[in-house]
Amino acid sequence: MASYQNIFTQVQLRGHPEMGMPHKDDSEPRIPVTAYSYWMGKLGQAQLGPLYLGKLGLASLLFGSLSIAIMGLNMLASVNWNPNRFLKEFFWLALEPPGPEWGVSVYVPLAEGGWWIIAGFFLTASILLWWARTYLRAKALGMGTHIAWAFASAIWLYLVLGIIRPFLLGSWSEAVPFGIFPHLDWTAAFSIRYGNLFYNPFHALSIAFLYGSTLLFAMHGATILAVGRYGGEREIEQIYDRGTASERAGLFWRWTMGFNATMESIHRWAWWFAVLTTLTGGIGILLTGTVVDNWYLWAQEHNFAPAYPDTGVVDPSTTFVPPSEAVIDPNQMVEDPGTPPAAPSPVEGN
Amino acid sequence: MLTLSKLSAMAALAIAGLSLTACEIGPKQSQQTGYRGTGIVQITDPQNVVSPGEVPPPPYALPAPSGPKASEVYQNVKVLGNISQEEFDYTMAAITQWIVPANAPVEQAGCNYCHNAENLADDSKYTKVVARRMIQMTQNINQNYTDHVKQTGVTCYTCHRGNAVPKYVWTDPTPSDGRLMGNKRGQNTPASSVAYSSLPIGTFAKYMRGKSGPARVISKTIHPTTANLQRTKDAEGNYAIMMHLSQSLGVNCTYCHNSRSFARWEQSSPQRALAWYGLQMVKATNENYIHPLTSVFPANRLGPQGDPYKANCATCHQMQRKPLGGAQMAKDYPALLTLAPGGAVSPAAAMPGMEAPAPAAGAAPTAAAAAAGN
Repeated sequence: MASYQNIFTQVQLRGHPEMGMPHKDDSEPRIPVTAYSYWMGKLGQAQLGPLYLGKLGLASLLFGSLSIAIMGLNMLASVNWNPNRFLKEFFWLALEPPGPEWGVSVYVPLAEGGWWIIAGFFLTASILLWWARTYLRAKALGMGTHIAWAFASAIWLYLVLGIIRPFLLGSWSEAVPFGIFPHLDWTAAFSIRYGNLFYNPFHALSIAFLYGSTLLFAMHGATILAVGRYGGEREIEQIYDRGTASERAGLFWRWTMGFNATMESIHRWAWWFAVLTTLTGGIGILLTGTVVDNWYLWAQEHNFAPAYPDTGVVDPSTTFVPPSEAVIDPNQMVEDPGTPPAAPSPVEGN
Repeated sequence: MLTLSKLSAMAALAIAGLSLTACEIGPKQSQQTGYRGTGIVQITDPQNVVSPGEVPPPPYALPAPSGPKASEVYQNVKVLGNISQEEFDYTMAAITQWIVPANAPVEQAGCNYCHNAENLADDSKYTKVVARRMIQMTQNINQNYTDHVKQTGVTCYTCHRGNAVPKYVWTDPTPSDGRLMGNKRGQNTPASSVAYSSLPIGTFAKYMRGKSGPARVISKTIHPTTANLQRTKDAEGNYAIMMHLSQSLGVNCTYCHNSRSFARWEQSSPQRALAWYGLQMVKATNENYIHPLTSVFPANRLGPQGDPYKANCATCHQMQRKPLGGAQMAKDYPALLTLAPGGAVSPAAAMPGMEAPAPAAGAAPTAAAAAAGN
């Protein structure tokens, strides 16, 4: 009984490593290094390799490493190259974008955000090259390009945050800093500035798809593990030749909620939920500050946010009359206005 | 397998411990303070209650306000000359107890901290020149900022607490020198003033000087207009100063705000208006009473940018919603409650050893009104 409630992969295959089908196109040769790892096999497949690097992969890794190195060295410089402080304050450190005074100029001094532009360019290049790699590797294997398009949805959100929206608003300073806490604090400040992102309907959609993704992931993962004893993990076979695992899994959900996904469609649901998370999120960010400046007011206008009773508090700046201060009387401080007080000694009164 | 589970459990505990170091472990108490369903609650940690501090008793019973005036008995009394000599002595005794550190060296102990022992009327010690202006500052707060200090008022002790320099002060941050080394762009440093976030740490200079602009970053219109050109970076600074307010009073955001819409006054609690008056008070205090003393202070009483130590919310509040737990202290010191008559209107002439005070009487309303948008 307990042996089927598995957390780790129970079965590991050993033998001649699977080298994959031969290339159909003129791709670079694969790196034929393979190995087996018992511990990796606990989580996934025990076989490591063969790898495919290729020109795109190499270029992507190169740009990515450069970008991470620029970020890390900038953070290290910000703590005067002190490795202790670097480790201690790592979560706080950042590579910040140029300030608002620079607009979207690319001629920004390196210390004033120029490094951010360069690191951002390299990171973007790395990500786009990696996207091309996922597309071409899928083609080389005769697969569909679903992975590449899902990745493209995430890249859309990244580009909106880092380039498209800052350009529309004409300022690099609207972009996100590179750093752990800094990008989180940026997110909170962003929401506050634009009147609470909670009331942005595309943000709401994005959250619904995000939470929906986790729910679908949990439902699907649990279902397949639960019918593992009937071979349910061999999902592709179950699609073509529905066996008892598939029957039971489907019946379970029809019993509990009256409807079930099929072995194939559950993956389509999951794919769309994941893709729509960043697709709608990117739209929500793009509209913020460009089309809508205060989402709370927008939501009130469109009956999207409930109204609560007023507290009756009034903005005090509308009625405040600043009191006149007690002005310093020239005669107030010293007996003879012509004689300034003796210059105090720096060591006095410590 | 047992070893593996143990290892995993230990690793998980270690990671949880590391990632939760800024959290306070233990049960919390939550009290609803606003409309149901809006999350307006105050959360307190009964295991980490900050003591409001002890109020020192008056030096002796307050003398009757009769008898000869201080200005008639003593020489060179510029600020407290209109009270009786006996009340003057009483007030001086209290101030000594509040300000002069108990462990001060003999030549600076007691009265000698501010006064020349040979001639008490002598103004040669800078501390005496500062103390005079600080007395005026206290009087001004008690008389003109009752919207914030109410009838409780403040005394020197509210800030000083037995220290020559109050514990919680700020000075201007060092501006960027344009170099990369050691340059954190004014933020990204774990500091208690910003609740250990990565928010900007030098925002006192932006929000707590007389010329500080309004902290209002949220637009009043649905769509973008040129009326609000503040951006996310400005919101970070605003967020940082709000963290200071929250820390200084030991309260959540929801003590003042309905977090669904931080900007809307009609959804805020009355405490937000109280805090707003407090911000006007601290701005005027820094600009008109503390900053003009720049040239009076010796170098060791100035910050790295050569500006004096200035006040913020924590200077008085010291992690309490009401300083000293709301203790009624100022009522025992009537000399500190109102500005002395006369001497309040005069041209803003520069005086020896001091900078010109910022706004002249005529210009004050405009400048202050511009600052009042905070």
